[in-house]
Amino acid sequence: MDWFYIKGILILSGINLMAVLGLSLLTGFTGLFSFGHAGFMAIGAYVTAMGTVKLGLPFAAALLLGAAGAALASFFIGRITLNLKGDYFCIATLGFGEAIRLILDNVQYFGGARGWPNLPRSTNFTIVVILNIIGIIILANLINSRHGRNFKAIREEELASQTIGINVFRYKMTALMISAAYAGVAGGLLGHYLGFLQPKMFQFIKSTELTITVIFGGLGSISGSVIGALVLTSLPELLRTFAIWRLVVYGAAVVFIMISRPQGLMGGYEIPVGKIFKKLFSRFAYGKKQAVGGGKQ
Amino acid sequence: MKLLQLKNVTKQFGGLMAVDNVSFDVERGSIFGLIGPNGAGKTTIFNLITGIYKVTEGEILFEGIETNSMQPYRVAELGITRTFQNIRLFKKLTTYENILTACHYNVRYGLVDAVLRNKRFKAEEKGLLAHAEELMNIMGLEDRRDVIAGNLPYGLQRRLEIARALALRPKLLLLDEPAAGMNPDETARLMTLIKEIRDRFNLTVLVIEHHMDLIMGVCERIVVLNFGKKLAEGTAGEVQANPKVIEAYLGEEEVVVC
Repeated sequence: MDWFYIKGILILSGINLMAVLGLSLLTGFTGLFSFGHAGFMAIGAYVTAMGTVKLGLPFAAALLLGAAGAALASFFIGRITLNLKGDYFCIATLGFGEAIRLILDNVQYFGGARGWPNLPRSTNFTIVVILNIIGIIILANLINSRHGRNFKAIREEELASQTIGINVFRYKMTALMISAAYAGVAGGLLGHYLGFLQPKMFQFIKSTELTITVIFGGLGSISGSVIGALVLTSLPELLRTFAIWRLVVYGAAVVFIMISRPQGLMGGYEIPVGKIFKKLFSRFAYGKKQAVGGGKQ
Repeated sequence: MKLLQLKNVTKQFGGLMAVDNVSFDVERGSIFGLIGPNGAGKTTIFNLITGIYKVTEGEILFEGIETNSMQPYRVAELGITRTFQNIRLFKKLTTYENILTACHYNVRYGLVDAVLRNKRFKAEEKGLLAHAEELMNIMGLEDRRDVIAGNLPYGLQRRLEIARALALRPKLLLLDEPAAGMNPDETARLMTLIKEIRDRFNLTVLVIEHHMDLIMGVCERIVVLNFGKKLAEGTAGEVQANPKVIEAYLGEEEVVVC
């Protein structure tokens, strides 16, 4: 296993993580299940590709455009479907995801079902890592604020949330739009990593994979989503030795985890990254003080 | 001064008249009781006041503002909040988080402030934490700070639900059977608590209850409902002496004599 191969897996994990982070906000923290997030990824991917290829924008600007495009699409779909309760919303997103794929299959401007080759391969390891770190920080900051608490309140008890003055519809919409923007960025990264786009990449199974990852990592846990995305993206690669049986083993592994830990790997808990950093930093600072100072005493 | 006015309020579910032409006024600062046999429409009236149901006919005025067409969260912003008959806490969050979540209404920082962790966010968040701590102490929940709400004993869950409602700094608090499932001792403590929070937070309280000793003990004015209609209104003494009320609760006199 050389570094190039490992890097490739890490980049793909990172891209999946981006989409999973967004879905984590929607499913893990707000309690809305979506089976159409591949649709938002597709919109992000194609809008970003349009930005770089057809409009000649720099990659960063095109990614933002892709995120905005996905968020905009989610706004329209949210307006129609967010008033639906639980399961019905889930079905509606499923339909949306498939509709997007089928539309892209038939738009010749983007290459249709044959796909869109020769995209600039701008995505690299550094960009993916940086974007993921930014993504995690934004999400963590959001969750640890009054808005984050309102998302969780809606997940727990919708009616009570309304009676304490939470505009449930608006918060659901916000969660959906933010999660769609994350998925859009993930799509943009994916297209410019592979250099090729095809509607088939964003099938229903992709949406399911994202939702499985969130549940696998633990609903309501950002660190769980991170671990889930890393494990579940690299697992099929690690299982290459099983050859044709690898996806069976993959499925069995997921089933095993869900039976032994129904709450997911992290189950609503977080790894206290902030505290660990503070500890490390204070130790470092302490060491430095000892090395530099002493004169004061 | 009237804080809440119901004027000929009617609520129809298909052919069923859940609330039929009910009118009453709630004075600012009072503790107001709403009683009646099961299915009399008491909780429906709460749902109408808080905007969960829409009124079929008539109007509800809060401080002179019509609340009929408002979404529940808008009604909450006006200063009306409630507890539920079947407790509705954020079950998987801790006691502290439950209260803290409800404090959100008192600050206004936006999504961007939260992401950037700027000065405004830090200052307002600090205020929120202090407010939540204060409420927890007042309600005697400080030693259960980090207990998951769903694991609290029943009486404390009721208390926490009241604490969460108070976090909004409401003007009108609706309590839906706060003493349900409580023993006489707990009920007595609840009575003092209701009076205490009324004085402390300048509240007006509207309470639905089946425990007659609680209602008669704390309420300054009482409305009796039966089959969606207003049967009687008055002080505890007046209501108790009203033959129509006795009839609704105990049956007609002939039946009693037989």
